[in-house]
Amino acid sequence: MNKAADLAEENRDGSTVIQLSGSLAIACLGDLPDRLDAVQGPVSAIDLSQVDHMDTIGAWTVHRAAKRLDCEISGASEDAGRLIHAVGELDEPVPIRPDNVHPLRRVVGQIGEAVCASGTTLIGLLGFFGATLVATWNVIRHPHRFRINAVVQRFEVVGVSALGIIGLMSFLIGIVIAQQGSVQLRQFGMEMLTINLVGRLTFRELGVLMTAIMVAGRSGSAFAAQLGTMKLTEEVDAMRTIGVSPMEALVLPRTLAVVVMMPLLGFYSSVVAVIGGGFLCAIALEIPPITFVQRLREVVPITDLWVGLIKAPVFGIIIALSGCFQGMQVKGNAEEVGLRTTAAVVQAIFLVIVIDAFFAVFFTWVGWN
Amino acid sequence: MSEEDIIQAEEQRVDEAVERGDIAISVRGLRNSFGDQVIHDGLDLDVRKGEILGVVGGSGTGKSVLMRTIIGLQTPDEGEIQVFGESMVGRSDDEALAIRKRWGVLFQGGALFSTLTVAENVEVPIREYYPNIGPQLRDEIAAYKIRMTGLPSEAGPKYPSELSGGMKKRAGLARALALDPDLLFLDEPTAGLDPIGAAAFDDQTRKLQQTLGLTVFLITHDLDTLYSICDRVAVLADRKVTAVGTIDELLATDHPWIQEYFNGPRGRAATAAVSREKGREQKKQAADGPPDGRR
Repeated sequence: MNKAADLAEENRDGSTVIQLSGSLAIACLGDLPDRLDAVQGPVSAIDLSQVDHMDTIGAWTVHRAAKRLDCEISGASEDAGRLIHAVGELDEPVPIRPDNVHPLRRVVGQIGEAVCASGTTLIGLLGFFGATLVATWNVIRHPHRFRINAVVQRFEVVGVSALGIIGLMSFLIGIVIAQQGSVQLRQFGMEMLTINLVGRLTFRELGVLMTAIMVAGRSGSAFAAQLGTMKLTEEVDAMRTIGVSPMEALVLPRTLAVVVMMPLLGFYSSVVAVIGGGFLCAIALEIPPITFVQRLREVVPITDLWVGLIKAPVFGIIIALSGCFQGMQVKGNAEEVGLRTTAAVVQAIFLVIVIDAFFAVFFTWVGWN
Repeated sequence: MSEEDIIQAEEQRVDEAVERGDIAISVRGLRNSFGDQVIHDGLDLDVRKGEILGVVGGSGTGKSVLMRTIIGLQTPDEGEIQVFGESMVGRSDDEALAIRKRWGVLFQGGALFSTLTVAENVEVPIREYYPNIGPQLRDEIAAYKIRMTGLPSEAGPKYPSELSGGMKKRAGLARALALDPDLLFLDEPTAGLDPIGAAAFDDQTRKLQQTLGLTVFLITHDLDTLYSICDRVAVLADRKVTAVGTIDELLATDHPWIQEYFNGPRGRAATAAVSREKGREQKKQAADGPPDGRR
C-alpha cells in the first residue's frame, strides 16, 4: 500500500501509453505530479492497471493529466474509477484569494476609508455625547431612576483603586522633573527655580494629563471591554427589551464616576508629584522642606490649581465617552472587542492631548499665566 | 452459555477483528477526570472500519472529552487507546504525526483560521505535511475539496467571518478532508443548522463516507442524523458506554435513559419521519416497477 508512485511511458501499437504504478496516495506521490506535467503528447491512454491504491488526490492528478493530454484512462479498478469520476464532476475553478487590487489603488482606498472612518467616529462620538446629555436630563426629571449604587461602585473602581498606581507614578514624575530641571538650572546658578518648575508644571499640566492617560488606560479600556462583551452576549439588547435604558444604566454611571473622580485624582496626583519634587530637592539640592513649601506658596498662583481642576472633568468626559462609545459599537465577534478597546484608549488619549492644547491657548488668552 | 462465556466470546471476536484490521479505533478502560469530577471510568468502545458511529449522551457525559482524548488533545488518567492498531496514549507529538495525517477533525464551530480565506484554510494541512505538492496542484486540490463539501465556488476567497454557520461547518469539513483521511471526527456537525441545512449536511456526510470509504466518529444530539446516516450508535451514560448497536438493538434494551431518549416526543417524531420516508419509497418502487436494489 505504501509503494511510491511511479510513471513509465510505453509504446504500444504505435501510440504512447503512460503506465502508472504503485500507490497514488498523497503520502506516496512524491514528484509524480511534476513528472506527469512534463509529459508531452500525443498520448493515447493512461494505464492504471498497475496502481494498487488511490486516494482523491491521486485521482485528481490522473484526471487533470488526462484532461490536459486529452487521452483515455484505462485499467482503473472499481474504486479508482469511482474516485476519478467523483473528482471529475467537481472540476470547476475556485478562486483561492480575494482579487488582487493594484497597490496604488489599495493605498488610496485605505486612506479614503480611514478618513471616512475617523469622520464617522467623530460624528458618532458627538451623537453619543448628545445621547448622554439626553439621558442625564431624563434622570434629572425622574430622580428615582438614578442608579446611586452603580455610581458609587464605579467611584471605587475608577477612583479609589487607582490611588496606588497614580500616586506612585506621580511621585516618580515629580522626582524626574525636579532632577532634570535642577541639572539644567544649575548651569545658571538658579537651582531655586526648580521649585517653580515643579509646582507650576504639575498643578497646571502634568498632574491632570498623566492622570488622564492612566485613567484612560485603566478605566476607559475596561468600559470598552465591559460594554463590548455585554453587546456580544446580547445583554444590552436584553436590557432594552426589559425597558431599561443602557444609556442610563451603563453609560451614565460610568461617565459620572470618571467626571467626578478625575478632578480628585488630578489634584491628588499634583500634590504627590510636588511631594516627589520636594523630596528630591531636600535630598539632592539640600533645600529644606519648610523653604520648599514657603517658596511654593510664593511662586504658584492659585489660578494654576483652577486650570488643572477645570480641565480634569472635561478630560473625564472624553475618556468615559470614548470608552463607552467604542464598547457600544462592538458587533460580530470577540476579536472586535479587542480592536474597540484599543481604539477607545488611543482615541481618548489623543483627544485629551488635543483638548489640552486648546486649553493652554485659552488660559493664556484669559490671562491665567 | 453463561454471561461470562458471552463476554469472553465477544472479547475474542473483537481481538480477532483488531488482528484483521477491521477496527479503526479501540478504547479500553478509559478514565478521565477533572479534579474530583470523574467523567469516564472504565469506558470501552470500538469503532469499526468504514462505519458511521454516532455517539450520543446527555449534556456533561463527556462526548466531546472522549473525542478530544482519542485525538490526543486530552491525556487520560488511565486506559488504552488504539487508532489503526497503534497505541495513542503516551506517544510523543512526533510519533503521533503519522497517525494524525490519517484523520480529519471538524470542531463544533468549524474552528477555521480567521486570517485565512476558506481555500487557504483547506490548504493549510497540505502545505504543512506535504510541501512537495506545488502551489498550482495545491490550489486545485483545495478547489475540488471545497466543491466536494457542497460549497459554491464563490466561497473560496471569502474569510470565515463572511460565512454563515452552515458554510463554516462545510468549510471546516473541507479542511478536515484535505489530506484524504481514513477517519473523520465530527463534533455536533448539524448543531445550529436549520433542518434543511442539517439534512443536506447529513446527506453530504453519507455521500462522502461512501465515496471515500471513510470511518466516521460522529458526536450528535440530532435524532434525525442518528436515524438517517449512522450505522451504529454508542450511548454514553454512567461514565461509560452503556450500549452500542443499531437503533433497533438499542430500543430493545431497557436502560431508562435510552428508552427516554428514543421514545421521548422528539425520538418518536424522528422514528415516524423515518418510517414515513420508507413508506414513500416503497410506494414509489411499487409504482416504478420491480426495485432495482439501489437507493
